[in-house]
Amino acid sequence: MKLYDIAHSRAGDKGNTSTLSLIPYSETDYPMLCEKVTVQAVSKHMEGIVKGKIIRYEMPNVSSLLFVCEKALLSGVTTSLALDAHGKSLSSALLEMEI
Amino acid sequence: MKKKIRIGGGAGFSGDRLEPAVVLAEKGRLDYLILECLAERTIALAQKRKHADPSKGYDPLLERRMRLLLPHLVKNEVRLITNMGAANPLAAADRVLEIAKELHLSVKVVAVTGDDVFAQIDPAQQAMETGRPLKEAGQLLSANAYIGIEAILPALQSGADIIVTGRVADPSLFLAPMVHEFGWKTDDYDLLGKGTVIGHLLECAGQITGGYFMDPGKKEVPDPAHLGFPFADVDADGSATISKVEGTGGAVNLMTAKEQLLYEVVNPHEYYTPDVIADFTSVKLKEIGKDMVQVSGGGGKARPATFKVSVGYQAFWLGEGEISYAGTNSLQKAKLAGQIVEERLKDRMDDLRVDYVGLNAIFRGAFDQQSEPAEVRLRVAGKAQTMEMAALVGEEVEALYTNGPAGGGGARKYVNEVVGIVSILMDRSKVKSYVTLKES
Repeated sequence: MKLYDIAHSRAGDKGNTSTLSLIPYSETDYPMLCEKVTVQAVSKHMEGIVKGKIIRYEMPNVSSLLFVCEKALLSGVTTSLALDAHGKSLSSALLEMEI
Repeated sequence: MKKKIRIGGGAGFSGDRLEPAVVLAEKGRLDYLILECLAERTIALAQKRKHADPSKGYDPLLERRMRLLLPHLVKNEVRLITNMGAANPLAAADRVLEIAKELHLSVKVVAVTGDDVFAQIDPAQQAMETGRPLKEAGQLLSANAYIGIEAILPALQSGADIIVTGRVADPSLFLAPMVHEFGWKTDDYDLLGKGTVIGHLLECAGQITGGYFMDPGKKEVPDPAHLGFPFADVDADGSATISKVEGTGGAVNLMTAKEQLLYEVVNPHEYYTPDVIADFTSVKLKEIGKDMVQVSGGGGKARPATFKVSVGYQAFWLGEGEISYAGTNSLQKAKLAGQIVEERLKDRMDDLRVDYVGLNAIFRGAFDQQSEPAEVRLRVAGKAQTMEMAALVGEEVEALYTNGPAGGGGARKYVNEVVGIVSILMDRSKVKSYVTLKES
């Protein structure tokens, strides 16, 4: 199954860093996401997009994960030639991941 | 001291919709309305407008927003705080006063200044992002410190109805009235952290009421065309209930609140603002009714010793051209067109990018594309040092009509001047803020 089937996400940007939340529809899926959606797995899935380090924050208070992805925006919002310079649509890229 | 105040979030970016804020001002029974309209680059672009005309340099939608809002704000005694002053809060305050006069309304307007630190920066200082001296980035255009509640509090104490600022950290626009009304100490970092969480939830307006959230069949939102913007009923203990005006479209629920809580957060243990380093990992969210989410918890520790300063610089000219191909073999036609344009331009551009919209423009080809799209849009983007050079990109794409593959249609061309942003930190003592009263 895809992450899309069980979770939702919103992307944010700071400079050349993309922040991707991962929020399960059912909070009971949170431990499973912690187990399966590791930094290693996300780095592999996003390797065509994220060129830097990924940090994962666990937020049990809201049963959600947050991935902070460095070098993800082709030099950053203000100077990128990309169509989606903010990487707003990268939330959808994360949700394409198979688990 | 009040026990509870209601604060509305009436704009999440400069170009945000006008009507939801009017609904909030008219029917929201608000104490405060906040309009957050400054993105990272907005102020550098505004600085350029101010250079061209010293009476300008504030938000281009200021007039339209104020004409719509002022009658309701005055009638319902709602105080407005907005960063629509952009590069010129004083001129913005004058303009607000002029509009109030035209509408025969009496208001007290205060401009908050001091964020503009262009004169104080050292061009030899290293940019945080690049580690290189600022001056190497290009011609410097602007430098604005993200100032906080301490700049806004004197304006609130002055009794101003309308407070117009330049660059202020977004959550501070919301935190200032809480501190003012509840008498919170500016070193009570636990309360400032809690208030910052509430500000962060409101600062993108519709992003917590179902805007930027909908996914048909998965995440449905009622009446999205009439999306309402949020307000928070904030208690003096730093907890709040987020909701929206009854009868508006959209939704406030755990899902919308979680998406916004985590939005643009680079470290949930330490969310930096000029007022506090807030902790988002202890925030509790709870649905307590239809379109009502209770926010409690959160906290913070001592504010940073420095202000973050955004420095805008002249980066380059961006030229873009687009053209579509459809039907059988459309991808191959678009690719041939891309190759032709690339060959015609490659020696004349600083950088060139070719995308096939519908295939790889967003995910940059990261995932396998299974099927041939029904139609493809070629997009070529190029960097150049002059407008004329950048314009070549669109010209070459448009010229594919008579010099490229068969069946291309819908060509468009764009040229834009691009302002880049880098950051530095500045000691707090170097930044002094001022309030200027304008009264009708």
